[in-house]
Amino acid sequence: MASIAEPIAKPVSRFRFILDRRDVLGAVFVAPAILYVLLLVGLPLLLSVYYSVSAYTIYDPSWRFVGLANFAQILENPDFLRTLGNTFIFTFGSQFLGLVLGKFGALLLLRPFPGRKIVRALIILPWAVPIALATVAWQWMFDSLYSVINWTMIALGIITRSEAPNWLGNPHLAMLCVIVVNAWRFFPFAIVIFLAGITAVPQDVIDAATVDGAGFWRRNYQIIVPMILPIVTIGLIFGIVFTFTDLSIVFLMTMGGPVGATSVLGFDGFQVGIVSGDVSHGAAISLFMLPVLFVVVIFMLRFIKRREI
Amino acid sequence: MQRVIGKVAGEVGFYAGVAFFVILSTFPFYWMVITSFKTNSDLYNVTNIPFWFNDPPTLEHFRYLFHETLFTTWLLNSLIIGVCVVAITLVTALPAAYSLARMTGRNGETLGIGIFLTYLVPPTLLFLPLARVVANLGLQNSMWSLVLVYPTFTIPFCTWLLMGFFKALPPEIEEAAIVDGCSLFGAFIKMALPLSLPGILTVVIFTFTLTLQEFVYALTFISSSAEKPITLGVATDLIRGDIFYWGEIMAGALIASIPVAIAYNFFLDRFIAGITGGAVK
Repeated sequence: MASIAEPIAKPVSRFRFILDRRDVLGAVFVAPAILYVLLLVGLPLLLSVYYSVSAYTIYDPSWRFVGLANFAQILENPDFLRTLGNTFIFTFGSQFLGLVLGKFGALLLLRPFPGRKIVRALIILPWAVPIALATVAWQWMFDSLYSVINWTMIALGIITRSEAPNWLGNPHLAMLCVIVVNAWRFFPFAIVIFLAGITAVPQDVIDAATVDGAGFWRRNYQIIVPMILPIVTIGLIFGIVFTFTDLSIVFLMTMGGPVGATSVLGFDGFQVGIVSGDVSHGAAISLFMLPVLFVVVIFMLRFIKRREI
Repeated sequence: MQRVIGKVAGEVGFYAGVAFFVILSTFPFYWMVITSFKTNSDLYNVTNIPFWFNDPPTLEHFRYLFHETLFTTWLLNSLIIGVCVVAITLVTALPAAYSLARMTGRNGETLGIGIFLTYLVPPTLLFLPLARVVANLGLQNSMWSLVLVYPTFTIPFCTWLLMGFFKALPPEIEEAAIVDGCSLFGAFIKMALPLSLPGILTVVIFTFTLTLQEFVYALTFISSSAEKPITLGVATDLIRGDIFYWGEIMAGALIASIPVAIAYNFFLDRFIAGITGGAVK
């Protein structure tokens, strides 16, 4: 019996012995997550870069290397330059609006009042609910014929029915609409971020400043804002990344229209790469997001470093 | 007297501000509710006051949604996708987070940040190559492609979140278990996991809501109606030609929104703590 059991028992115990080493088990534990991310984020990212310098389409699946020809062709296209501009307008317009709304909302919610919990729960809704579903509701509110916004303005006598705006049909209004919807989606996030920051500012610091004669604005902009800057930066980074690369709001509300007025990078990449099957140009368009992401990542790393010091 | 008036004006301004924010946030959802219970003749009559029912409310849109469309299939698809992604995420992110928080020392912190940064790589950059990966695996036009791809953002996010939880646990507990003869692995299973149950619950809820909120990958990989998850189905599949079935769309959006809204409100504080990664001490 013993002679049979021994050879089996030995490797098991050695296996266990190895697994009881902290570094080995640590590596085994972290390996699946890293593998998953490397295989399905890292590798595709490299593949995407290769697509952009190849002649790959779904009709011509050759991997012919064409250098920067795709990028050159894209940059010659005035529609693409417009898309690039739109993306920046969309991102910064909605982040600015979202931050302003967020700051004011946070100031209001900072003060205790009856029903604050319920109010907070309601204000979180735009950020919690799947954006595709909320976007469809907004699309219905901006409907060319049954828009509730137009109905209200007509009922209030601000405009007449004949001059009611076609929100999603006018190039400038359509851009405004997608910006508003995106700001609407992000402002609860901004509120929560501001609140988390402000409540973390020690009360004695604020009290000390008050005693030293700092008024409301001074307390606000010389003490609170600098102290919550790190956390707001993180929130803003998230906002910028997810807005700059967004596709769903534009896809559902305007389809990039009217005539490309609201086309953004993510949408353009989707149209060219997936819908038209021109994978190489689609990848090249999407890669224009990378510089912005790099800047953001560098910011983030610098911020994290500073925190550790 | 002037002070009293000033104070009253301040109060009025304050509550007006609060009301503005509440209306701004909730009006689209109020609009979903109103639209989904209205009869079509009420809905498409521009002379009616749109804010309230001019005809008696109706359940017709809900009936149509459940009986004449694939809505229940989409609900089930989303449930299956969510459960599978949660399972994959837990199995990979739990040990990874524990390892990064406890076993890998200073490198763990760097590696953790590295993993978290991949959360910021957007779907619109990855959908083209991933579409090919999905096609090569024979998963195109199948909801299993989403089960494969969604963990690419849930694992980084949840690993980061769980790292925070494990770091908050006192290591003496596991050390005591090891002294008492528990293996390192046993200490993780028997001590660390049960103690971080609140963290695990948070991760389960957030992974699930993240899968419900996702739109880009679903749009890219899935075109046949029966394989769509609920968000994609409601947003793109209740349109026939140029005609939008607004009552049904709003009813579907409402049903899909409610669970996510509730879950978010319960776990919001933990979510914020996770996202800001201890920037606030």
